[in-house]
Amino acid sequence: MRDRTGIILGLGAFLLILAYPVWQALGSTADPARPALQRSVDPSGCVEDTTYMVARHQDLLNTWRTDVVRDGRRFYPATSGKEYEMSLTGTCMGCHTDSQAFCERCHAYADVTITCWSCHVAPEGL
Amino acid sequence: MTMLIAVGLVTALFLVGMLGAAAGLQWVFGVALPYLAVGMFVIGLAARVLRWANVPVPFRIPTTCGQQRSLAWIRPQRLENPPDTPSVIGRMALEILGFRSLLRNTKTVMIDGRRLTYATDLALWAGAIVMHWAMLIALIRHLRLMTNPVPGFVTLVERFDGFFEVGMPVIYLTSVAFLGALAYLLYRRLAIPEVRYISLVGDYFPLFLLLAIGGSGFWLRHVTTTDIASVKALVLGLTHFAPTVPASISPLFFGHLFLVSVLLAYFPFSKLLHMPGVFLSPTRNLANTTRISRHVNPWDYPVKVHTYAEYEDELRDKMIGAGLPVEKD
Repeated sequence: MRDRTGIILGLGAFLLILAYPVWQALGSTADPARPALQRSVDPSGCVEDTTYMVARHQDLLNTWRTDVVRDGRRFYPATSGKEYEMSLTGTCMGCHTDSQAFCERCHAYADVTITCWSCHVAPEGL
Repeated sequence: MTMLIAVGLVTALFLVGMLGAAAGLQWVFGVALPYLAVGMFVIGLAARVLRWANVPVPFRIPTTCGQQRSLAWIRPQRLENPPDTPSVIGRMALEILGFRSLLRNTKTVMIDGRRLTYATDLALWAGAIVMHWAMLIALIRHLRLMTNPVPGFVTLVERFDGFFEVGMPVIYLTSVAFLGALAYLLYRRLAIPEVRYISLVGDYFPLFLLLAIGGSGFWLRHVTTTDIASVKALVLGLTHFAPTVPASISPLFFGHLFLVSVLLAYFPFSKLLHMPGVFLSPTRNLANTTRISRHVNPWDYPVKVHTYAEYEDELRDKMIGAGLPVEKD
């Protein structure tokens, strides 16, 4: 019947659109795995542990910004008990010297735009 | 009471997903159940639609609410009373994209406490259209976690959605709109006595499910963030049919994912089927051609008829003899 053909075609089109991530995966040569962290120095010197930093670094940087810019507090008491100066350029970029290798790969993978470099000078590689 | 059952169900489901993953069942909630849910969604939806496709529609039964096309000097209302396929396409497009029939929603008001009148009430339309479009945009945004490399239109949608760059990560307009509209739709269901009276668990459950999905998604993005790259690795593992479960994903994410799985699995058995159903509503998608052309029910019982012409042929002599008028001499 005429209507049935149309309905089946419509259903097929809907399922095809729905399966877009699957057929994109079939045709894609990009590695689906998460990019490995590229570090130049031992992570034990970081302000917090790696698990925390991977998931929450944006929160940390945001809190630092508020603390420094709005409240004038310049030192961050880390969970380990040590104190760090709250400074992206001074503290973070002291070890993470290459934004292309350290920041960009994961951010490109997750399609998250980095807004740091619209004010700060990016470490080399950008 | 029905509302409390729905709240309880959604809360329990979220906790099952979260605590299950926390107890080491990430593989179940991250791989097995999502696959099962997508399978149930696809097969269930296809089965429903095919069942509907097999229902015969012998007659034209559109609901009309405007002037039918008739004489040249009477202006027809083609959208309200579509005479042909292009008009039907226009009517359906406005219905599907603009929820046109919800614009007819009315409320009963008493003027001066004496006079009863009916007034247009656009709040339901506004709540529904904001909720549905925000959900579509949120789905498109989620493609950034399901595709690698991410196609340009997804990034473009994200840019526009986070246009105001409030917060870090940027708060999307549609996140707020989605939760706000859902909250209004829930408020409406509770605040209007007639609507509350006819509300069942099947009405509250999808509302709370969507609220919980939106809420947990918002929480995961803005309050307790998780390692989003690992989340993407998990999802891409599913789309590549090579599932992996990265260790560093927060249990909250599995609660969110489990609720989405429940939504997909529940979809083909619920009121949410209005999604394919709106396309297949015979009161909307048929042209009103009941007078333009003759529609014969194909399975009519073959009734034996004796027409006047045959009757006259049989009795013509007698009719003429009796002086009765005949049509053929």
